[in-house]
Formats: sequence, structure tokens, C-alpha cells
Amino acid sequence: MAGIVGYGAHMPRHRIKVEDIAGVWGADAPSYKKGLMLREKSVPPPDMDTITLSVQAARNALKRASHVNPADIGAIYIGSESHPYAVKPSGTVVGEAIGITPHAHCADFEFACKAGSEAMFVGLSHVDSGAMDYCLSIAADTSQGAPSDALEYSAAAGAAAFIMGKDKLVAECLFTHSYMTDMPDFWRREHEFYPQHGGRFTGEEAYFAHTLGASKAILEKSGMKPADFKWAVFHQPNGKFPQRVSRMLGFTQEQIDPGWLAPRLGNTYSGASPIGLTGCLDVAKPDDLIFMCSYGSGAGSDAFIWKVTERIEEVRNKAVGTHKLLDENKIYVDYGTYAKFRRKIKKND
Amino acid sequence: MRTVCVVGVGMSQWGEVWRRSLRQLFVDAASKAIKGAGVDHLDSLYVGCMSSGLFVGQEHLGSVMADYLGMRGLPAMRVESACASGGMAIRAAFMEVGSGMSDIVMASGVEKMTDCDGDQATYALATAADQEYEVFHGATFPGLYAMMAHAHMAKYGTTREMLSQVAVKNHDNGALNPVSQYPFKITKEAVETGVMIADPLHILDCSPITDGAAAVIMTTEEIAKKLGKPYVRILGSGAATDSIALYQRPDMTTIKAATLASERALKMAGRKITDIQFAEVHDCFTIAELAILESIGVYERGKAGPATLAGETARDGKFPVNTSGGLKSKGHPVGATGVAQMIEVYKQLTGQAEGERQVKGSPKIAMTQNMGGSGGSSVVHIVEVA
Repeated sequence: MAGIVGYGAHMPRHRIKVEDIAGVWGADAPSYKKGLMLREKSVPPPDMDTITLSVQAARNALKRASHVNPADIGAIYIGSESHPYAVKPSGTVVGEAIGITPHAHCADFEFACKAGSEAMFVGLSHVDSGAMDYCLSIAADTSQGAPSDALEYSAAAGAAAFIMGKDKLVAECLFTHSYMTDMPDFWRREHEFYPQHGGRFTGEEAYFAHTLGASKAILEKSGMKPADFKWAVFHQPNGKFPQRVSRMLGFTQEQIDPGWLAPRLGNTYSGASPIGLTGCLDVAKPDDLIFMCSYGSGAGSDAFIWKVTERIEEVRNKAVGTHKLLDENKIYVDYGTYAKFRRKIKKND
Repeated sequence: MRTVCVVGVGMSQWGEVWRRSLRQLFVDAASKAIKGAGVDHLDSLYVGCMSSGLFVGQEHLGSVMADYLGMRGLPAMRVESACASGGMAIRAAFMEVGSGMSDIVMASGVEKMTDCDGDQATYALATAADQEYEVFHGATFPGLYAMMAHAHMAKYGTTREMLSQVAVKNHDNGALNPVSQYPFKITKEAVETGVMIADPLHILDCSPITDGAAAVIMTTEEIAKKLGKPYVRILGSGAATDSIALYQRPDMTTIKAATLASERALKMAGRKITDIQFAEVHDCFTIAELAILESIGVYERGKAGPATLAGETARDGKFPVNTSGGLKSKGHPVGATGVAQMIEVYKQLTGQAEGERQVKGSPKIAMTQNMGGSGGSSVVHIVEVA
């Protein structure tokens, strides 16, 4: 089956700590840190958006797939809920920047936080069908959280890019399974700055029901059990949910650690589980099995089972690692700077 | 006045019941009560509900619930007295049966609180306080009860540990109740290190937001006997009001409406408070349970806290309080709470409380105390096993 021939991530250097957000709103920082298991989140500076994040992540993916000529990539799909334009694709800009144009198919995907895994799913299917040799699937977001809302403590920015192909695989996709229902847990309508959500309803009935639904189905389909996997990564709207759902399924903390980035990164929405996958690939060894399950409000989950190949050792250090991006060269900003960066200060002009 | 009996009871699932609507919750509870009593019709229906309009945008509940119970044409109306709506629905049914106007009446309560977010729920609940003199100035119920707690601590030396023990004790009971929203035990340390809501009240000092419904069938003793099911008699009903605003009360450490309602119910029943063997009281916050026990005369002022610490109000104590788990552990769908209190004393008095929760010694007489707002209204019933 098709798989990943090159992968890369990117994220802002800027961070804001939970205490700095809570302090402004008079909220109890320890309860947010404990309740949501969040310490800090990434903050995109003013010149960074879903397109620029995608370009950099795609360049890192190409560094790890140096045998791939960008012009041979048959499609570019970007999944995000923060495409800079309502009407004008992100994919054309990114495709132009990395040399995919003009003979390629392009689409921007949207499905709340699982738009990125959709792009991966479709890319894998195209390659698997033989319609094209390579597909570039990108998951990227500069996500929005309303001031003082619980989402503001988590809404972060980041991207992961995957070149899907059939030869020289870094990780083969062994199984996929998707699960979806109509679920009014989280939404943003046209012309609204920030999403609305159903509070605690977004947990049991939404995140957990769909993540468990897809995860259990793919385990059954594959005949595998949690102990068969070296690593596991789940959508991470905060630190707590992926930890809890992994335990419910029977995965251990050691299995989720390399892909459990939310406590340090925040929720990168469409980017969350795909960036987590790159975190796992940072440490994976040949033949390791990786379990992955995304979640997008509305709602659905895409589950994947990846098997790492020997080529991981060859390409891993050809581009910057996800944990290095996460932990090094950080710049902490205060709430004022964050508010300016995120255009939360509205002016008349 | 005719003797009024409770002969069948029913409760829906309680908790965050995402997949049941307001009317479905009601029908779940009402159907169980009808089946439990074995009645073949109702003469009338009362629906206690505090704020379905703000929680889910539905008013006119008498008609909605009669319709969805399959009883179009039934006389039905909603009763509202904030968090005492359920207890007041029982009082209304008590008057209708007792007066001879009807023979078989359902008293019910329902609230669907999780279809809106926490801020909207807090707003809806705060409409039970004085909008002009409290809410517009930022007061919420946790804030008002926190002030009552501080006043009680200052006047009587009530301690943090005493408040914690109320929560610990009620969770001990609720852990044994199959309908509890939070059926687990907690520790004093968990109460005291939980998220601060309004000093000195932490999250586990507060009752939760709950979806749920409860219903009872009330009838005459003659019919109750014919039905052949276990039943209890309501010996007395008392209700009272007080200033809706806390600041207008001369003493914030006592709840006068509870005192008056209790005195009136006991007088009607021809009993003294010392005749009562156990009670379900309105522990919306831990301090409320202590203040109520003193207000209804179970304990002298300032003595409920030490008595709670000494285990007197535990299930095996000399005066068990909130054997159901109370609002704290069982949950608090505001309009349904007063009816659920009646269901708990019915179960205890008829020996039907589940497993270890059953109070030992076959108690004969109990009290329910339901309260609206910070004590702006209260309703008390004295109940005796048949």
C-alpha cells in the first residue's frame, strides 16, 4: 500500500504561557494547567499564516524526499480551518512556492480539526489507485480562540506536510478507517472571528465517541491490539483528552509521549495529530508500528496504521526534527504582543 | 382535608444526559412513576421547572408534557419557585388531592441544563436572585452562598473542615445511589484543593449542573390501599418566602423561609422536629446544608458543623441527612430536585433504598426541605410510612 515518502513540520518560534493568558482575564492558571494539561502554546507572528507554515513544512518534507521532483507531484491538498482566503485557494500559493505548478490537481480541505488527515487520506488513495506517483498532503492551522474563552488557552499554530508515494517509503500505511456523524459540537459561521463550541458536550459525545469509534474499528479491521504498536498519536485539543482516550483504548503513556505535543504546543487544530505523527517519526525505528487517529468537530475521525521502514534512519536528519522545533529557539511573548500578533486589537482603519 | 399519599415514583437518568431532551427526560420519569403506582389514568399534572425558557427555549410545559405523555386533554400546569419548583409542585398536587378536587395527580419536576454553555446556565440560575440589587452588580449564587459561609464561620466558628465533611458525607451516600450524577466518594483533601469558585467555596462545595426529571403519583389513602403498592402519607406541607435578596436579611447565617416552612409543615403534621428521623435537605452548597439543619431546628445555631464532623448526619448517624447523595452527589436539575427528595424518603420509608444506602432500623417519619435561590422560598414536607 502507499505511504509516506517524505515528511516535515513547521511551527512558530513564539510561545505564550498559560499564566500570561489567565493573568489578563483573572482566571485560575493552575486549574487550566491541571484541567486541560496545557503549559504554553505557539503563537504565529504577523507574517505567518497557514500558507507560509505549509510552505515551510512542505520544504522540510521535500528535504526528506530529495529523490522527488516537485513537478512530479500530482496533487496538493491542504487541510485547514484557517485558510487565509475565504475565496482563493491556499494550495495554489504553496504549489507555486515549491514548484508543483502547473500540472497538478489542487484543493483546500475543511473539516474542523481533521481537515489535515483528510488531505492525507485522499493523498494516500490517489497514489494507491495509481492515478499519480506522488501527492502532497498538508495539515496546517493558525487556529482561533476567542479572548478569555477556554479555547484561547489552547488555540495554536503549526503545520505538517507529507509526500505520499509508493516507492522509497518512510512509513507504509497498512490500514485506514474513517468514522463520522452529524454532531453540533463546535462551529464557526461565515464572518465570525472565532468558533463557538458546546462546552463539555465537546468531550464525551464528540471527541471521545468519534475517536473511540474510529480507533476501535481500525483495530478490529487490522486484527491488531494496542500492545502491538510502538507509538500512538491522537488529536490533541488539549493535553488531557488524548491522554485519556489513549488510556481508554489501552495505550500507555510511553506509547503516546513522542506525539503528545499539546502541553507544549497547544492545539494546532488540523495540524495536531499530523504534527504528532512527525514527532513519532522523530524517534521511530524501522518496523515500528504507529497508531494515529485524528478528530474533527462536526464530526469525524480518520484512523491510520503506519509501519516505519528502514529508510527512516536515512532521512530523519535531512530536515529539522519536530521536537527541536518545539523545544529550541523559543521566544516568549506577553499577552499584549500576542494580542497584536493575533490581530485581537481592532482598529477603525 | 383528605390524607394524601405517594404511591409510585420514577426518575429519569440524571447527569449530562446529552441524548435526552427536556420532554424525553420528563416522559422517562413520568412513565416509571405511572408504572410503579399501577394507575390507569391521571386527573391532573403539575410540572415543576425553574427555567426551561432560558435553558432550552421551551415554556408552556403543562401542555408539552401532557401531550408527550400521551395524555392530551389532561389538566396540567407548570409550577415555578426557582430551585424549589419541584417541592412546590408536590405541594400543589397535595392541595389538589387533599381538597377532594382530584383523586390521582402527578407531581413532577424536570430541568434540561446542559443544552447551553456554563455562562448561559449561570445566567439562567442567577435569575432566581434579585436581578436589580444582586445580579446586576455581579453576584452569582456561588458568591451569595460564599458570603453566607463567611458569615457563618465568623459568627459560629464553623470551619473549612466542617464544610468539607458535608461534601464527603453526601458523596459517600451518592456513591451508593444508582441515579447519582457523581457516584463516587471524595476526600476532604479533594474538596479543599479543588478549584476555587468563590472563597471559601471550592468546586466540590457546589452542586453540579444536571439534566434530569423526577415524578411521583399522589392519591388518596383509599386508592393507595387498593393499588396494593407500598406507599407513604404526606402528613404536612409547609411553604414560606423571604426577601429574595440576601443583603436584606438581618442574619445571613440562617434561612428564615426554611424555618417558617418547617414550622408550618410540622404544625400541620402535628409533630415536633424531634419526631423526624431523617431528612433530605437542599444542599446546593455545603454551607446550605449546615444552615438549613440549624434553621429547621434539628441543631442549635452553630452546632450543625460539629455534629456533621462527629458523623451524626451520616447514613448510620443519629439523624441521617441526604442519604440520596443530596444535590451535591446525586445532581441538581433544579426543577426536579424537590420531587427527587420525596422519592428518596419514599424509598427509605418503604425499605426500597438500594443496598447499603437503606437507613437501618426501619425509620417511620422523615422530612424533605427544598429551597429556592439563596432562601427566598422554601417548601417542607413531613412524610410517614403507611
